[in-house]
Amino acid sequence: MKPSRFSYFLARSVDEAVQLLAEQGEESRVLAGGQSLMPLMNMRLARPSALVDLNEIGTLAYVRPWDGGVALGAMTRDADLEQASLAAERLPLLVEASRQVGHPAIRNRSTVGGSIAHADPAAELPAVMLALDAELEARSASGSRTIAARDFFQGPFETSLVPGEILTEIRVPGLSPRSGSAFMEFARREGDYALVGVAAVVALDEDGTIASARLGLCSVGQTPVRPTAAESLLKGKRPAKDAWQAASEAVVASLNEPPSDIHGSADYRRHLAGVMTRRALALAAERAERNR
Amino acid sequence: MEDDFMPVRISVNGVTHRLFLETRRTLLDVLREDMGLTGTNVGCEHGSCGACTVLLDGKSVRACLLLAVQANNHEVMTVEGLAQDGEMHPLQQAFWEKQGLQCGFCTPGFLMTAYELLQQNPDPTEEEIRFALSGNTCRCTGYQHIVDAIRSAAQAMQQQASVTTPSGTTA
Repeated sequence: MKPSRFSYFLARSVDEAVQLLAEQGEESRVLAGGQSLMPLMNMRLARPSALVDLNEIGTLAYVRPWDGGVALGAMTRDADLEQASLAAERLPLLVEASRQVGHPAIRNRSTVGGSIAHADPAAELPAVMLALDAELEARSASGSRTIAARDFFQGPFETSLVPGEILTEIRVPGLSPRSGSAFMEFARREGDYALVGVAAVVALDEDGTIASARLGLCSVGQTPVRPTAAESLLKGKRPAKDAWQAASEAVVASLNEPPSDIHGSADYRRHLAGVMTRRALALAAERAERNR
Repeated sequence: MEDDFMPVRISVNGVTHRLFLETRRTLLDVLREDMGLTGTNVGCEHGSCGACTVLLDGKSVRACLLLAVQANNHEVMTVEGLAQDGEMHPLQQAFWEKQGLQCGFCTPGFLMTAYELLQQNPDPTEEEIRFALSGNTCRCTGYQHIVDAIRSAAQAMQQQASVTTPSGTTA
């Protein structure tokens, strides 16, 4: 239960970090908040040859206005996102979801970028970023590129980042007027991984019908899931029970591989996905009504 | 490997420690083995149980999920830093009086978590206490007496604060 040996490098800037990663090669890893990597290293499920620590790069931790929404530095800690008034005002979904990431002492260290780059299919923020159509900025020694959240998550713990690349910024566009959002998860204990989590964003038209609905689910597949068929069903509908019911049935039908473990069978997770989708959509729509 | 040892300066409970450390060692192990501060307990070693909770720059963290070298030039507070001049901290006093512990293994982690909570929120509701404690596991008490102890400590600390902070007329 102790990490194996590695070379440790404390990066002082992003430039230095990407340079170090390029020099140290494919077996090196980025150390962000360490709340997922360190357990894996303690259990020797991960044995990186070198760690490039980003924790002292102050310029990677911020919440700034961007396109009606926010830009988040990758090293923004979940506890800081939870307290960020700009995020609360523009994208309350981020705050609501970050409050449900792990426990308080975990959130004091865990970072937004770390959670996204780790790409645990059970994690909250990847599903939220998928639902919010976030764009992700990656840097390497050879330059930078922007990746849409929908192209980012490739499999369990697998992303489209290539060796040597660091996720540096997450940009989340603002919501259209008359929008509401909600994040709901079902876990056995507050702060534990969700059996199922659902992020929902509902935008209403001037006449009160649904202009658009967006969903992101965690813990129901190999990656966070964006059930687009269910989303299109809702367009133009009245925000009411029958619409939520139809959407949740479409969500359940679209899930082909929810995990099955001691905490819940695949069938139970499918059932929960339906229930949590209905509830999250209803709450998001109720909040959208209040913003009309 | 030339980069697997590093000199560090870590302040723990106000005392500065200068050490030359293997980079793979966790803060938890260095606190216990190199500094002799065995109050912080080794539980699950993967961040789940909370027995190793300490404060880093005033914020609760898992000492098992932090490399000791990451605490270089930072301030750590452990359970040994709670008592002052041989007097138990009001939280420790309350855990004792309210039977907030049985075997005691999880207690240091609970105390540090509760310490952070009361710093941020001096008068928490039962729900807020339970939310704050969600990351600490206790297999003996069933938690009720721990929650009672923290409420009682919060009251004691508020009373103490109103006595020791002169309001002008009582000074």
